Amino acid sequence: MTPLAGYLLVAALLFSIGLAGALTRRNAILVLIGIELMLNAANLNLIAFWRYGPHPEALTGMMFAIFSIAVAAAEAAVGLGLVISIHRHAHTTDLDAMNRMKG
Amino acid sequence: MSFIFYVLAALSVAGALAAVLLKNTVHCALALTAAFAGLALLFLQLDAQFAGFAQILVYIGAVAILVVFAILLTRGSETPKDGVYSRNWPVGLGVAACVFAVLGWAVLHSMFAFPQGTSAVPVVTVLDIGNALMGRYVLPLEIVALLLTAALIGAVIVAMHEKERPK
Amino acid sequence: MISNADQIFVLLQHWLVSFLPAALQPVAAVLLSVVGIVAVFPTLFALAVWMERKGLGRIQNRLGPNRVGPFGLLQPIADGIKSLTKEDIVPLSADAVVHFMAPVVLVVVVFMGIAVLPIGRNMTLVSMDSGLLFFFAMGASTELSVFMAGWSSRNKYSLLGAMRGVAQMISYEVPLLMSSVAVVMITGSLSLDKIVAAQNQYTSGLPHWYIFTPWGLAGFVMFAIAATAETNRSPFDLPEGESELVAGYFTEYSGFKFALFFLGEYVGMLSISGLGTTLFLGGWSAPLSILGVVPSWIWFFAKVMLSICVFIWVRGTLPRMRQDQLMNFAWKFVLPLTLLNLFVAALWRILGDGWQRWVVCSAILLLAYGLMARIGMYREHIGPRKYRYAE
Repeated sequence: MTPLAGYLLVAALLFSIGLAGALTRRNAILVLIGIELMLNAANLNLIAFWRYGPHPEALTGMMFAIFSIAVAAAEAAVGLGLVISIHRHAHTTDLDAMNRMKG
Repeated sequence: MSFIFYVLAALSVAGALAAVLLKNTVHCALALTAAFAGLALLFLQLDAQFAGFAQILVYIGAVAILVVFAILLTRGSETPKDGVYSRNWPVGLGVAACVFAVLGWAVLHSMFAFPQGTSAVPVVTVLDIGNALMGRYVLPLEIVALLLTAALIGAVIVAMHEKERPK
Repeated sequence: MISNADQIFVLLQHWLVSFLPAALQPVAAVLLSVVGIVAVFPTLFALAVWMERKGLGRIQNRLGPNRVGPFGLLQPIADGIKSLTKEDIVPLSADAVVHFMAPVVLVVVVFMGIAVLPIGRNMTLVSMDSGLLFFFAMGASTELSVFMAGWSSRNKYSLLGAMRGVAQMISYEVPLLMSSVAVVMITGSLSLDKIVAAQNQYTSGLPHWYIFTPWGLAGFVMFAIAATAETNRSPFDLPEGESELVAGYFTEYSGFKFALFFLGEYVGMLSISGLGTTLFLGGWSAPLSILGVVPSWIWFFAKVMLSICVFIWVRGTLPRMRQDQLMNFAWKFVLPLTLLNLFVAALWRILGDGWQRWVVCSAILLLAYGLMARIGMYREHIGPRKYRYAE
């Protein structure tokens, strides 16, 4: 197994764990935690391909990963703001309880 | 495949598993921080120093704190009465398992196209990154700046206390 | 002018390492440097604790400790022995694992930040290309330990202290970074060694330290304010305000863990003073070129201890700021000034050598400071007090 395959498998494992977390937990914040794990797995993929790819001096993978980190931070901020706002309205963060469109 | 890679991969995967399996949400957030740290060390092992330190600074120093604050502000540390897993958790688990199976199959079956062994270590200085950000990637840089401003203002507006409307 | 006294620790390290086989030499060299740091910085911590207690005592018109040893110099040792022998109480409902990990995380992270500081000529433990980024990454991780300590104690006072502490540390991290970015911009590198090397030049005997430039002085003042807030020192010590929150986020800690928190806080102060020295005060370079005969590491530690004296002086003199006043100050005053400082630093570089750049840059900074102080922090005129009596 080449080194690149090892990193890609770890990234795939992290991605599926994050996906499982996002799909199975009740608390909205844990869904966001799952999403952050998925984004991190994608970053690992990008950096691994940058390192073992044909042109590492072009810095494409690293740049993509840095921008991805910035975008993920922004998305986490807005997502958590939304969760706080929903909690203020519905007094719960349980996603199974928020199954109606009526407020 | 070096020993350090296995240790760091085990740390990241263990942290991720703990983050989605534990009952106490604050413990989940702290396990997530451990997963982030493991990933940052993996980046450092892949000679991506800037990305590794940026990961620590942004994810552990900001996103983890944000998650923890949100948990505390929404009383997430109290255990819910219906359990922590949603009603259809087997479906979610099945979907995630299928996704992992597909990704794993794709990786293992395309190994013939991977570069064998380790290529030369790319020497990346911060000067190169700066030149790239200001040269080839200046448009994404400006767009990310705009995005971050929008996210900042948006998050403040979304989470702000609404003024009491006179009924 | 690189004398043997200057490089004595480097030579000592080479000599000790030469006894080992070649395969083990790099590891042994790093381990020796780590041992050196772990030996020196806690000693400086003891010295800083003694200075603080004597200094604060004198400012507050009392003597400070004077019984243990001459002038109370052995007081920190007595304190250390006392903390080690106290019972380690963990509250019954506290989260044991997190409660244990919090001081450990703090101390580990703070010591890792010291690894990139250039303590003397050729005396950086790890000479990294992005050393400054590593230091700030470690600084950001200290907030996590503050939160862990406060939350795991299951104590309302601890939690309040931790929330305040983390909010304050996050707010002041942005001015801290932005005031260092001006230095990075002028030097052109994130490597702390290069930043010190750029300041190690002398024109007619006077050094090129960044604090002697208008943008450097403004940057240093803002860095000092942000550093005081980052380490939770007075006047920003509401999270650990003794008169209000018992002891803030480390209320429930006793014995050795409390000593570890104390160590972490003071070594954090030392390391951020070290960073301020490196960025603005020229690191290990001497003030005048003729004083270059004095070893470089003596200059570094002298400047760091001088910064600690200033920290202690400020603690004894200024009253504590309220939480909302402190956050207001960070976001509405210090942050815009740091952004303006970046602009002024760029102007400094563009205008080139000459007296014009001094006048222009100083004028812009003074004008901005005056305007912001008048307009930005304006509050309504405080009139005569209205009293409400209980009926």
